[in-house]
Amino acid sequence: MTLLAASSIHVTIGEVAAALALVAVAAIASRSWHAGLEEDIGIAVVRSLIQLTAIGYVITLIFDQDSFLLVLALLAVMVVFGAFTARQRAKGVPDSFWPLLGSLAVAASATLGLVVALGIFDPTPRYLVPVGGMVIGNAMTAAAVALNRLGEDVHDQSRRIEATLALGATSSQAVTPLVRRSLRSGMITLVDSTKTTGLIFFPGTMVGMLLAGANPVDAVRLQLILLYVLLGAVSIAALMAITLARRNFFTTAHQLREPPEP
Amino acid sequence: MRVRLCVGRIIEVVLFELEDVTYSRGGKVVLREVRARLPVGASSVLGPSGSGKSTLLRLLNRLADPDSGRVVYEGRDVREYDPLALRREVSLVPQLPALIDGTVHDNVAYAPRLAGRSFNARTCLELAGLDPAFEDRDAAKLSVGEQQRVMLARALALEPRVLLLDEPTSALDQAARDAVEGTLRRLRARTAISLVVVTHDIAQARRLSDFVVRIDAGRVVAQGAAAELLAEPVESALATAEDAT
Repeated sequence: MTLLAASSIHVTIGEVAAALALVAVAAIASRSWHAGLEEDIGIAVVRSLIQLTAIGYVITLIFDQDSFLLVLALLAVMVVFGAFTARQRAKGVPDSFWPLLGSLAVAASATLGLVVALGIFDPTPRYLVPVGGMVIGNAMTAAAVALNRLGEDVHDQSRRIEATLALGATSSQAVTPLVRRSLRSGMITLVDSTKTTGLIFFPGTMVGMLLAGANPVDAVRLQLILLYVLLGAVSIAALMAITLARRNFFTTAHQLREPPEP
Repeated sequence: MRVRLCVGRIIEVVLFELEDVTYSRGGKVVLREVRARLPVGASSVLGPSGSGKSTLLRLLNRLADPDSGRVVYEGRDVREYDPLALRREVSLVPQLPALIDGTVHDNVAYAPRLAGRSFNARTCLELAGLDPAFEDRDAAKLSVGEQQRVMLARALALEPRVLLLDEPTSALDQAARDAVEGTLRRLRARTAISLVVVTHDIAQARRLSDFVVRIDAGRVVAQGAAAELLAEPVESALATAEDAT
């Protein structure tokens, strides 16, 4: 990988603090329209400051150590936190943590393994950490959205599901139409943003590289690679989360654990 | 198959037996130590709303399992059967239509395709009291009464031995109700299928069944031949049941 030139920019604390003016705009908008988001905005700002600063130091340490094991440990921690976070959005799915953990782990290892195997990125911390973070973050969102939709659909359509079970359908067969919709929900955001990229918005990586002084063509090429990697990761995560989680709605005798109200 | 000899009466072949069945849902007891039998032929499970009769029906083809006690079908605990095979033999038609997206044919074909069986959609529609010309119509655009008969047709496509019908006419107006009841009577006349009908309507139980299990607040309060049990005034029947307990 030679796309990344050794270019860098220096950002001061004062410049970060100045950007808080835009956060004030968001808080004023929320207050003016009684959206009730001021507290959440405040928490988001503080959390992003602490979390990103901390991860900045962790990444610096990992880059300095240049240890593959440290990279793996960091990615494993991201996968576990991702599964915990996604579980909050998939409350309608019984025992959703393990399907989410499995789906994020497989999505991350499969896509990172593939890009390294294809020679797209070198297996070094400089590439694996940022790309891994993007892959896990997008996979988490896709899996959470897919399971959230699956949980809602199973609840809303429990009568239809039980009616098909009553005809001798397996639990997998009974939820097949719902699986399609949930998979679509999990993937559609990234698919749509990929369609409009470059027209309506500039993706973050490309913007970051341009700001850092990279050649625009190189920035575009790297962004394209990341978008394609993310598409693969998102589809693996959503599909695997759904496949693993759908069993949790049923007993081994193909009965709904929460049947419809009589 | 268990045969029960009734002195001075016809021989009753027992299809289902519920032995001390208790079932709870969300911490609330829905069925409490239920003992009942349902013979071959046409039976009704009769009771008011919330009495547990729909739950009882769901136990018969293992859409749910009791907390304690056992449900016996043709002499064997239903838990000894493969649940999918049992449901193809003992098919349940729910209270409200719940069709899959697609045409009437898609719906009738659904279960036999899963089971890898052949079927004749037109015959099933005819048995369910629908014109075979309905086959290509969009199921979602039918009236509730027509959808309920498509539900019946798709259950019949499996050629079941027993049909479990949960309040089959509760969502219908009187004309549609009469049509569905007529369909069920013709079905009995033309096939060897046993029917178990859940209903809150005493007159419907009398019209459709030979045997009745009366249930109230999760307990069986009376059971016997429909002609005898439903001929009595309600108060008398309940008093008899209370005396028996």
